[in-house]
Amino acid sequence: MSAASTARPFDWHRVALWSVLLLFALFFLVPMYVMLTTSLKDMAQIRDGNLLSLPTAPGFEAWSKAWSHACTGVDCSGLRPFFINSVLMVVPAVLVSTLIGAVNGYVLSKWRFPGSEMMFALMLFGVFMPMQVVLLPMSQILGWLGIASSIWGLILVHVIAGLPSTTLFFRNYYVGLPDELVKAAMLDGAGFWRIFWRIVLPLSTPITVVTLIWQFTNIWNDFLYGIVFSGAGSKPVTVGLNNLANTTTMVKEYNVDMAAAMIAALPTLLVYIVAGKYFVRGLTAGAVKG
Amino acid sequence: MNSTSSPVSAAQSEPPIPLGTRLAEWMPKLVLAPSFVIAFIFIYGLMAWNGYLSVSASRLLPNYEFVGLGQYVTLWESERWWVALKNLGIFGSLFIFFGMAIGLLLAILLDQKIRVEGALRTIYLYPMALSFIVTGTAWKWILNPGLGLEKVMHEWGFTTFTFDWLINPDRAIYTVVIAGVWQSAGFVMALFLAGLRGIDDSILKAAQIDGASLPRIYWRIIIPSLRPVFFSTLMILSHLAIKSFDLVMALTAGGPGFATDLPATFMYTMAFSRGQIGLGAASATIMLATVAAIVVPYLYSELRTKK
Repeated sequence: MSAASTARPFDWHRVALWSVLLLFALFFLVPMYVMLTTSLKDMAQIRDGNLLSLPTAPGFEAWSKAWSHACTGVDCSGLRPFFINSVLMVVPAVLVSTLIGAVNGYVLSKWRFPGSEMMFALMLFGVFMPMQVVLLPMSQILGWLGIASSIWGLILVHVIAGLPSTTLFFRNYYVGLPDELVKAAMLDGAGFWRIFWRIVLPLSTPITVVTLIWQFTNIWNDFLYGIVFSGAGSKPVTVGLNNLANTTTMVKEYNVDMAAAMIAALPTLLVYIVAGKYFVRGLTAGAVKG
Repeated sequence: MNSTSSPVSAAQSEPPIPLGTRLAEWMPKLVLAPSFVIAFIFIYGLMAWNGYLSVSASRLLPNYEFVGLGQYVTLWESERWWVALKNLGIFGSLFIFFGMAIGLLLAILLDQKIRVEGALRTIYLYPMALSFIVTGTAWKWILNPGLGLEKVMHEWGFTTFTFDWLINPDRAIYTVVIAGVWQSAGFVMALFLAGLRGIDDSILKAAQIDGASLPRIYWRIIIPSLRPVFFSTLMILSHLAIKSFDLVMALTAGGPGFATDLPATFMYTMAFSRGQIGLGAASATIMLATVAAIVVPYLYSELRTKK
């Protein structure tokens, strides 16, 4: 169809198609453009120009203020401490939840036993359940464990809450690996762990990347656990950004807000730009199984 | 092998199974047990615990005195809860409708052998990599009455243009819809595009040879065959809508007043800043029941068809 239509000199269908596609591209890009340009302006340029005008004298003052001395409530040390908390939280939480997910997926696909499918189905509900139901009891448990309001508490919650998705990802991937691989290795006398380390894990690079990116994006972007389970010294960057943007003690500095939003967005955005393919695969894997 | 070497088969049929072998048999279960026990406690244990809190007298602190359905009665008599439900109705239906419509449209258009498809897909989907807090902060600035969109329109000559939805109690919930659709439409596009790519080309070719027009092919053949994708997208968007929390917190913080409260922000406010733990637990239970009513049949059918 398109081969036949491109032969015509001027194709209205093609023009309409491209206009709609580009219009939507604009719709998705403009907020990023506004964030970026606003963050490079000072307040005078913001008042003189409008949302879409380019900065007349671009500078990084708003960025450095957002990073190191913007006020979030009473505390004025910028987004940096929150950013560091997020890094400290996200690295162990992502690694541990991915590793456990890989082992769980291995058992649920290659070492099935009576009831294992049922257990998997019960686990799957954890992907969808509204986390509001765990907030109140969990804060009490973290208190008993002595890790309430600490980064350790946040790590624990993120690892447990991430298990259903990581297990789902690895299980569905391993189901696609031929069972003969495992059977042949068993005949050669390889045991449970040996097969996992030597045969299954070396074949898992794509799904491991998908899971790492998925967990990283989710945990970095989390706000609900961050605001409920963190204390003064353990708030993640999303909570820091929200506090910063909603502080009403003085004149609103929109350029600093936008710079802070950019800083909070950069890690996941970079991952998306570098490894978008794997990110999309995670999104669709979480949705359409099998 | 066994028939030729008798010592091996003799060793295998030895009555007491060596400890190593028995351990090896149990290994998969042993490995699965710790994380599954913890996850099940987390999911179902805490669910039950929250359920118990919702029938207790808890206020500022958990108090396990049983009070029956008192919290639920208070909940359904609360004007704020009804506002939250009404907002969820408005937000949920518009978010799902526009998310699906834009997502499907973009997927169909991108499927027309577009040269820079990869680049466009990247642009449509990048908001999904952002935190809702980032999205909310950005849109709060864009929709700022005064310095935001309104000023742009004024400078372009539309001097009577006003856009105060963000601070207008009757309109603020629609700003949440705008930002939510902006963030999620690309995701829906990715799901539909994956579905479109899975359709058998030969059916389309046959329809074309029969002289069916392109819109007709889409309407009669392609879109009906995307039904499973519609279904799972609907599930995903509706459970996202019910759980929506971050976006409202960043964009309007539930305000003005509590005009943009959703069940999730209602629950948070009651449980963690109003000292109404029992009421918060009751609202969380209602949210759980709603999500379960949508998701459990879906999971059931997904898992059953796979066998």
